[in-house]
Amino acid sequence: MTQSQLTDLPESKLPQSNAVPAYEGPTSRKDNWWVEPFLIAFVFTAFGIYATGRAIENNLYEVGPYLSPFYSPNLKEFVPWWPLSPAFLILWIPLSFRATCYYYRKAYYRSYFMHPPACTVGMFKGKGYTGEQSFPFVLQNLHRYAFYVATPVLLILWWDAIKTLYYDGSFHMSVLTLVMIANCILLSGYTFGCHACRHIVGGKEDCFSCPSNESKVKPAFQAWQLVTKFNERHQQWAWTSLFSVALTDLYIRYTCVDPNIAFQLF
Amino acid sequence: MPESNGRQATLKVYRGTKDKGEFQSYKVPVEAGMVVLDAIHYIQQNFDPELAVRWNCKAAKCGSCSAEVNGMPSLMCKSRMDSFKDGEDICVQPIKTFPIIKDLVTDVSWNYEVNKKIKAFSPSPDADWTIYQEDIERVQEFRKCIECFLCQNVCHVLRDHERKDNFMGPRFMVRVAGLEMHPLDEANRMKYLKDEGHIGYCNITKCCTEVCPEDIHITDNAIIPLKERVVDEFYDPLGKFIRGVLGGGKKK
Repeated sequence: MTQSQLTDLPESKLPQSNAVPAYEGPTSRKDNWWVEPFLIAFVFTAFGIYATGRAIENNLYEVGPYLSPFYSPNLKEFVPWWPLSPAFLILWIPLSFRATCYYYRKAYYRSYFMHPPACTVGMFKGKGYTGEQSFPFVLQNLHRYAFYVATPVLLILWWDAIKTLYYDGSFHMSVLTLVMIANCILLSGYTFGCHACRHIVGGKEDCFSCPSNESKVKPAFQAWQLVTKFNERHQQWAWTSLFSVALTDLYIRYTCVDPNIAFQLF
Repeated sequence: MPESNGRQATLKVYRGTKDKGEFQSYKVPVEAGMVVLDAIHYIQQNFDPELAVRWNCKAAKCGSCSAEVNGMPSLMCKSRMDSFKDGEDICVQPIKTFPIIKDLVTDVSWNYEVNKKIKAFSPSPDADWTIYQEDIERVQEFRKCIECFLCQNVCHVLRDHERKDNFMGPRFMVRVAGLEMHPLDEANRMKYLKDEGHIGYCNITKCCTEVCPEDIHITDNAIIPLKERVVDEFYDPLGKFIRGVLGGGKKK
């Protein structure tokens, strides 16, 4: 008689989910549960096509002090031997960060893998499922490493935005600069509200007061509280920063064609 | 029951056992403030006293009246009748993941078997029991759990993939999180979480959080922090090396 480690019950005594006559078909839900996963799949696919197209384009990404986030840091002079678009040397970093992000995992497991597409909608059944326990999804556990490499890229994007304020020996301001700064704010809210960041700065502690065991200001607790504030809106940061990075790139692309649309304020 | 304002609802209620049964329709007068559990009681009192339903407090605190209302797991005592449209059929089924005993009553005893294998709270014998609020706040959220098992019911790993042989489910990850994050607990349940509770089966689709009647942020505050702790122990060689050099990590 075989027995799992989880309980002392023999396999034959494990309960089974109810099937017909109480349950028939994938779900009893009557609402439009399919709308959300469909929209998410549509937007992800559209973003993926756009980003890939822009990376392949390998043109119209830099004008004056402005540099597209898809091509930042600008590596074309550092790796002249690289035969493809330099964007491919960079895009794997935000891609790996977003692909292993706990929010995006929920979104694409539902939308692309339909595991499950919505709550109580059982498209796939059977015991073959192993989730993130085995390859390739066990690699999701490397999310914190993606966070480590995404953070310097974010700092470089901040530098890209700030350097558009001062060039040719004087201060400048344009609508495009404001867009780049807004993009950095949204990306920062997303990056520093990440669950891995929340764990690293203090979530891993069981006791914020130990070992001194006295109630005073504790840096780990304060850092954890701050990241938690961002983390509570992680989904919103994820979406707004995804749109902002694409729109910033699009704006810079058209500014390369017509520099007047940067709308120089001074 | 107060006088009806003339509005009626049609409830389609599952009647039968795991192997044999059907949905039966009942017309029930709707009153202000009425919940689905009231409608079920009306059916018991007026049409069918043999309708089986488990309930106790009618205040969303005992976790007994879990069911699926129009396909969504919910407590019948928290499902307001005025949230349904006029003329809409209201389908009431037992929870799917655990075997039906009769009508709306299911056998959830598997959960108690899982619970037995979790290492209990283990403070040091010489622990200082002065506890500050900031150290206990996270754990207090988990203590709100009323064990309605709606999260276990909605979890697709248990519900659709039948991994009751290997996967502990969200309820017990909440319990483990409450123990692991307790400032005085000294046990280490990481190996248990990874190799027996199989936390890796969870693909964080957040349905457990969506259905929790106590609004516990199961995924963000319990499961993901536990996953990160499992990463600390088993999937982060760099972090482990740094901790080895600098020290850190509290548990055996």
